[in-house]
Amino acid sequence: MSANSTSLTSPTPSPMPDTGEPKAEAASPLGNVWRSFIKSRSAVIGAVIVLSILLIAVIGPLFLPYGYNQVDANSRLEAPSAVHWFGTDDLGRDVFARVINGARISLWVGFFAVTGSIIVGSLLGLLAGYYGRWIDVLISRVFDILLAFPGVLLAIAIVAMLGPSLENAMYAIAVINVPTFGRLMRSRVLAIKQEDFVLAAKAIGMKDRRILFKHILPNSWTPIMVQGTLNFAIAVIEAAALGFLGLGAQPPEPEWGKMLSDSRQYIESAPWTMIFPGSAIMLTVLGFNLLGDGLRDILDPRMKT
Amino acid sequence: MTAPEKLLEVNHLKKYYPIRGGVFGRKVGEVKAVDDVSFTVRKGETLGIVGESGCGKSTTGRSILRLEEPTSGSITFEGEDLTSLSGEKMRRMRREIQMVFQDPFASLNPRKTAGLAIAEPLEVHGLGDRRERGEKVKELLSVVGLDPYHGERYPHQFSGGQRQRIGIARALAVQPKLIIADEPVSALDVSIQSQVLNLMEDLQEKYDLTYVFIAHDLSVVRHISDRVGVMYLGGMVELADRDELYDHPLHPYTQALLSAVPTPDPEAKRERIILSGDVPSPADPPSGCTFHTRCPHVMDICREIRPSFKNYGGNHFAACHLLEK
Repeated sequence: MSANSTSLTSPTPSPMPDTGEPKAEAASPLGNVWRSFIKSRSAVIGAVIVLSILLIAVIGPLFLPYGYNQVDANSRLEAPSAVHWFGTDDLGRDVFARVINGARISLWVGFFAVTGSIIVGSLLGLLAGYYGRWIDVLISRVFDILLAFPGVLLAIAIVAMLGPSLENAMYAIAVINVPTFGRLMRSRVLAIKQEDFVLAAKAIGMKDRRILFKHILPNSWTPIMVQGTLNFAIAVIEAAALGFLGLGAQPPEPEWGKMLSDSRQYIESAPWTMIFPGSAIMLTVLGFNLLGDGLRDILDPRMKT
Repeated sequence: MTAPEKLLEVNHLKKYYPIRGGVFGRKVGEVKAVDDVSFTVRKGETLGIVGESGCGKSTTGRSILRLEEPTSGSITFEGEDLTSLSGEKMRRMRREIQMVFQDPFASLNPRKTAGLAIAEPLEVHGLGDRRERGEKVKELLSVVGLDPYHGERYPHQFSGGQRQRIGIARALAVQPKLIIADEPVSALDVSIQSQVLNLMEDLQEKYDLTYVFIAHDLSVVRHISDRVGVMYLGGMVELADRDELYDHPLHPYTQALLSAVPTPDPEAKRERIILSGDVPSPADPPSGCTFHTRCPHVMDICREIRPSFKNYGGNHFAACHLLEK
């Protein structure tokens, strides 16, 4: 498709003045999005936080003097100092190293769970919304059943069935988030299906599959993107919750939720063992929420020209 | 108009929408959007269909392309019954029949450039390779009075008239025989309307097109049509050659409609026929003649028996008991 468009764009615009048409400022809708993104404070702050955490997660561990699982029996529960910035835990492990390494786990869980639920949810929502009838009834009822359970409870049940591990926690989080995206997509499809351009596509003689993937999907992705960013935050919390309950990451993995639960008993004697992983969770969630809120304001279809 | 060749024949077309209610979504009624409509379209002509909003003219247009699945009736295009075609055959048949929509902005995908929108029908029907399609798009753009560089712009960067030109170019791309234009100019400014109408007339001549032109504006329809059909509440009440219909309307509804057309001459004396009441709901249409609730000449028979659609000479069809006397 893109190559096709370039073949059309080859001639330079003729010098003839355009008469009676709106000014062609932006080359594409994406240009508009970028401009309003820069203007939105919360989106920019959120993006900065998210990108920083991402950067720390990717390259941070390379610069650490300690491994996240490096036990030092002589320096247990030490307060933060120049040597151990965030102090040490009950096994003498450097909390800073563990928090930094934990970012990798949390982002990976969030990314996997959200991507997985977006793919599965959108596909199901697309089918339910476009074909309607019994397909819609079937898929929508499955969503209703999933939504009838409190999310974390369902995740616990799934992990209990599959066995506790980080991987299974990711699957569980992905599953419980599927209906969110499924319903969102379904509602978008129901609305877009009624648009004239979809009818026009049908009138042209286009096949269903092409209508779905070339016309409906590209016009539905914005709320999915926003919801995905917001759900990233939820997924991070859910992963931490499962870790805290011992159903997610297993020791000695430096998962933030797990670190919180391990340090419960030292809350008075060595609060840094809780404060730093807790703050890390909070900052990550805040970053994704700000970014998501900002994106929602920018991409709100009602604000589009 | 000697021995005109029939291109499209619509017979007893009905489209009912179910009304569902109750806990289990049972069918509790029907909206009779199109109720027994028949007409033919001759090759090369423009058939205008007029009527108020909600009278079923758009549904009729969409049913021809089977964008709405007709409830019953037949639609014969070049001797082939479209209602019996399988999905895939119908899809290929859409190459022959194209559609121009009322709202040119809504009918263009906001995320596709004009060029891509026009190339799409070609792509869908596997016509030409990428380079040939590019050439064709440029040609089509100039045919509808746009410049080739407009092809790389997005719909929101055009004016209403230009967008409708793109819609027309898209419909023309696969060289259809029949174009169904569903209120193609009613969303446009009056000054732009005439440009688009003239363009459509030029194209008709150039490409030997046949139009079904759906509109509510009587003067627009008069301008472009060869024959005109008048619809009321899902039914066709009158169908005749343009001048015959405008000069000698037979049906009381047509007479009332025509009397409401504003004339530029303030001195002209005309008798306005003012219809009282509203259009009845198509979910619960009146018995007999659907127009009897508002007709100034209503008789007892009108309330009971539905008048048949008959030829009253010179291919002037109407459905009214008054004429049968």
